[in-house]
Amino acid sequence: MRMLNLLKISFKAIVLNKVRALLTMLGVIIGVASVIAMLAIGEGSKQSIKAQISSMGSNMITIRPNAERQGGVRLSRSEMQSLTLDDFELIQSEALLLTNVSPQVSGNGQVIYGSDNWPSNIYGVNPEYLAIRVWEVQHGSMFTDAEVKSASKVAVIGQTVQENLFTNGENPVGSMIRFNNIPFKVTGVLEEKGENTFGQDQDDVVLAPYTTVQKRILATDYLQSITASAISEEQSEQAVEEITALMNKSHEIQEGATADFEIRSMEELISTFSSTGELLTLLLVAIASISLLIGGIGIMNIMYVSVKERTREIGLRLAVGAKNNDILMQFLIEAILISVTGGSIGVLLGVSATFFIEKILSWPTSVTGYSIVISFAVCAITGIFFGWYPARKAASLDPIEAMRYE
Amino acid sequence: MKEKAIHVARLKRSFKMGEDTVHALNGVSFGIEKGEFVTIMGSSGSGKSTLLNLIGCLDSPTSGTYKIDGVPVKDLDRNQLAQIRNEKIGFIFQSYNLLPRTTALENVELPLLYNNAIGVEERRKRALAALEKVSLSDRLHHTPSQLSGGQQQRVAIARSLVNDPVVILADEATGNLDTKTSYEIMSLFQELNKQGKTIVFVTHEPDIASFSGRTIVLRDGKIIRDEQNANVRIAKDDLRTIPKQG
Ligand SMILES: Nc1ncnc2c1ncn2[C@@H]1O[C@H](COP(=O)(O)OP(=O)(O)O)[C@@H](O)[C@H]1O
Ligand SMILES: [Mg+2]
Repeated sequence: MRMLNLLKISFKAIVLNKVRALLTMLGVIIGVASVIAMLAIGEGSKQSIKAQISSMGSNMITIRPNAERQGGVRLSRSEMQSLTLDDFELIQSEALLLTNVSPQVSGNGQVIYGSDNWPSNIYGVNPEYLAIRVWEVQHGSMFTDAEVKSASKVAVIGQTVQENLFTNGENPVGSMIRFNNIPFKVTGVLEEKGENTFGQDQDDVVLAPYTTVQKRILATDYLQSITASAISEEQSEQAVEEITALMNKSHEIQEGATADFEIRSMEELISTFSSTGELLTLLLVAIASISLLIGGIGIMNIMYVSVKERTREIGLRLAVGAKNNDILMQFLIEAILISVTGGSIGVLLGVSATFFIEKILSWPTSVTGYSIVISFAVCAITGIFFGWYPARKAASLDPIEAMRYE
Repeated sequence: MKEKAIHVARLKRSFKMGEDTVHALNGVSFGIEKGEFVTIMGSSGSGKSTLLNLIGCLDSPTSGTYKIDGVPVKDLDRNQLAQIRNEKIGFIFQSYNLLPRTTALENVELPLLYNNAIGVEERRKRALAALEKVSLSDRLHHTPSQLSGGQQQRVAIARSLVNDPVVILADEATGNLDTKTSYEIMSLFQELNKQGKTIVFVTHEPDIASFSGRTIVLRDGKIIRDEQNANVRIAKDDLRTIPKQG
């Protein structure tokens, strides 16, 4: 009953001073709107990075020679000779947490078809590579295990290579192309993948049996890397441990010594990206919180003015029987109403701003429920915190003196 | 024995002003029966407001005792005093002290907002009845700025009636009004007194004091005279003798 009356009194005081209340709210409105928009942008970019990385195969694991290990002259990874086919065969036959495993050797050079030529990369892999990278063949088919075994001169090309070589719209499947003067028969064309997160064109690629690339192009017996996919993203870390154990044993790496190989999982990459994303979000929120704080100080300022202006009113209320708490609550409720109303407007503004950012700038965004709940709670707390002192001051006034106040 | 509305004994109130102490009230004793209409007179600075504030529980005495409606007020804390003011006292001030931009009806309802025992409907009913008593039933939704001084003071009187107080306290209630309006207000007070209301009225004008049944005169914080008025004037009759103004 009494609470309802106090709520009415406070509500009326705000309605009687609409414009001022609105101006007071402005700080809170801007604060909340920016917190929500910032969190939405941060969350949106985090999700989109994660989605992009996942499209590259979120459970992918890569084993490469360790560059740190080689003392003296640093060799490029392609020249290092610590990863062999034996390692591949060991992993393929022993590792239980992997679904697909492929060796990888690569080189770059000129691809030629008829009178057209194009600089590109050739990847020597096995057929399982497609599943690991989550790539699909659009036309024709992937080369076979038999062709890998026989080191056949066959290749599957990416869309960028197709566009630049088959300029007259010929069907590449069945055509003969040359890579660094070695002829390859095209068996398939890959689906378009676009750029990856790092801006590389994933369609500028030629896939060929690793045996062929080793023998004909690189003239090497070593592997540059082994690519595999774990059973699931969650089991990536365990799979990495499993491979590490296998490799440590076969490479005779002592406890605590630096290995001559390194294993990276995509999951690791995702969490690295997420944590930078989180740091960015935190920074954005910190900036936005400062504006919320300034909004709170604005409320305190206006509440002070309001208490001063209404000293006679307070005196009268006390004279007709208002208790300390009635006055305290009246002003506290007023401060909370201002901050929470400001918060609600801020939420609306933040959500619509986010909507327009997504529509107009086409940035990925995602408004999270918790950001709304948190901003709202912060608003209520701001109201209580910054309304408390002025309200306290009002409640402790002496009725006679307050009524005499000019 | 019937309970006195107000009983004060050896009441003192002094204010410390730096080094000096001002004895605003220097030991006053008297009683006021229910149904009396008492005027407190005295020149400016004689302690009238100080006395009225003590009676109204807005202030606490330095020494002495005070009972309202038989209840001793000594040693009550701030909130308990607030409750006594809310239930037993109706205040009227020289400058009306109405809430600005708030209707007459809401102004009259104000004291009842702080009384938990009274609900919305009861509050509305009582406020309407109080405004009826001061003949302002046709001005319910006017705000103070839309009312004349006399009308504003009548709203204040309605507000002082709304909690059915033991005593109505008025401090220079006619101080801001012209003679005719003052007489109208006094006529209203006499009407209320006839209906049984106890009224304590502070003024420094002997003319106004002659409408009450008893006059207490203060000087330098002491009572120098306390007597029944031999012939109480009737404000309603005197109103006719005043020539129309404006
Ligand atoms: N709050 C106060 N502080 C100091 N002195 C006061 C205060 N209130 C009243 N006084 C002094 O007490 C005396 C009586 O004041 P008051 O009761 O207001 O007189 P009146 O109402 O009869 O004009 C005056 O001398 C006044 O200056
Ligand atoms: Mg006075």
